[in-house]
Amino acid sequence: MGLLDRLTPRKNDPDVPPSPSVVDDPVFATKALRKFLTTLTSRESPVLLDLGPVVGSNVSFFGEQLGCKIFVEDIFADLDRHVRDGKLETLAEFLKKRFPQENGTVDGILCWDVIDYMDKVSAQELAKELTRLLRPDGALLGFFGSQHRPDVRYTKYIIVDEVNLKYRTYPASRGKQSILLNRDIIRLFSGLRVSDSFLLQNNLREILFRKPA
Amino acid sequence: MEKDIVNIGKSVVIKGELNGSEDLTIEGHVEGTIQLREHVLTIGPNGRIKAQVFAKAVIVLGEVTGNVTASDKVDIRDNGSVDGDIVSPRVAIAEGAHFRGSVDMQRKGQPQAAKPPQPQGGQPQQQTQQSQQPQPAQRVGA
Repeated sequence: MGLLDRLTPRKNDPDVPPSPSVVDDPVFATKALRKFLTTLTSRESPVLLDLGPVVGSNVSFFGEQLGCKIFVEDIFADLDRHVRDGKLETLAEFLKKRFPQENGTVDGILCWDVIDYMDKVSAQELAKELTRLLRPDGALLGFFGSQHRPDVRYTKYIIVDEVNLKYRTYPASRGKQSILLNRDIIRLFSGLRVSDSFLLQNNLREILFRKPA
Repeated sequence: MEKDIVNIGKSVVIKGELNGSEDLTIEGHVEGTIQLREHVLTIGPNGRIKAQVFAKAVIVLGEVTGNVTASDKVDIRDNGSVDGDIVSPRVAIAEGAHFRGSVDMQRKGQPQAAKPPQPQGGQPQQQTQQSQQPQPAQRVGA
């Protein structure tokens, strides 16, 4: 074995993990994630619901930081399937039965920006279900756009650390539907109270909800 | 000494309980239960598993439908697929892997053992009293 072989991991070596990302994804600062984590650290083995596509590093991050149980329920995939199948009108009814978890059994929900992609009826049904699932004093982290975006893409959020997120877009069957006003968001999650709200430099609103104890 | 690795080939179909005390690579089809509690189970790119899996470490390059419990690590590689619940202290999911289910990772330092997974939707542990006010930001971690 030459010197170079000793210094450079072999590509086909099963013990060498693949590089996390070939592309440099844009990074932005998050204010609400740390607060969201703080709400979960007070619980032993918290239960987390992630509504985005599975991101291995996020699963590892939460698992290692919190020792939690994570349910990955990719609502973007459900939405996409309904659009592709031309059954968007059944989405609200589908969401009503989507989550098998019992009432009040989830400590934290990562909603990301899925609400932006939904029509009003489906968004209302999803918000109702998430409120049902959340344990009293549990937290929900949602992202909401504040500017219209013409591109038809979903966004995958990748946690760098407690205060930084990367994002990576991927093809979608539909774009964001509308820019929700703060009051509309608050009405949507009427069973929760807004704990913290931030407008980031990239015009994304981060809202942390808590379920009243 | 060279370590023996046992292979279940592409054309092999097994239905029932599979127990072993050495590392195993599956390229065929297995339905039922797989138990390699002290060893590494690799589901090869051609492997198709419909089973409850208990092992020390599980590497998935093929398809698994069923719950996976590992006392060390579960590693879903690119193009690997798991439909089921994972219980393991360490889980790695590659970009391009498919996963649907839950991941239960115990805190570092807690005793680990390959044990049957909890039913989905069951009551999680709740041992501490919740504060009603958000607490000041603090560093998280075990």
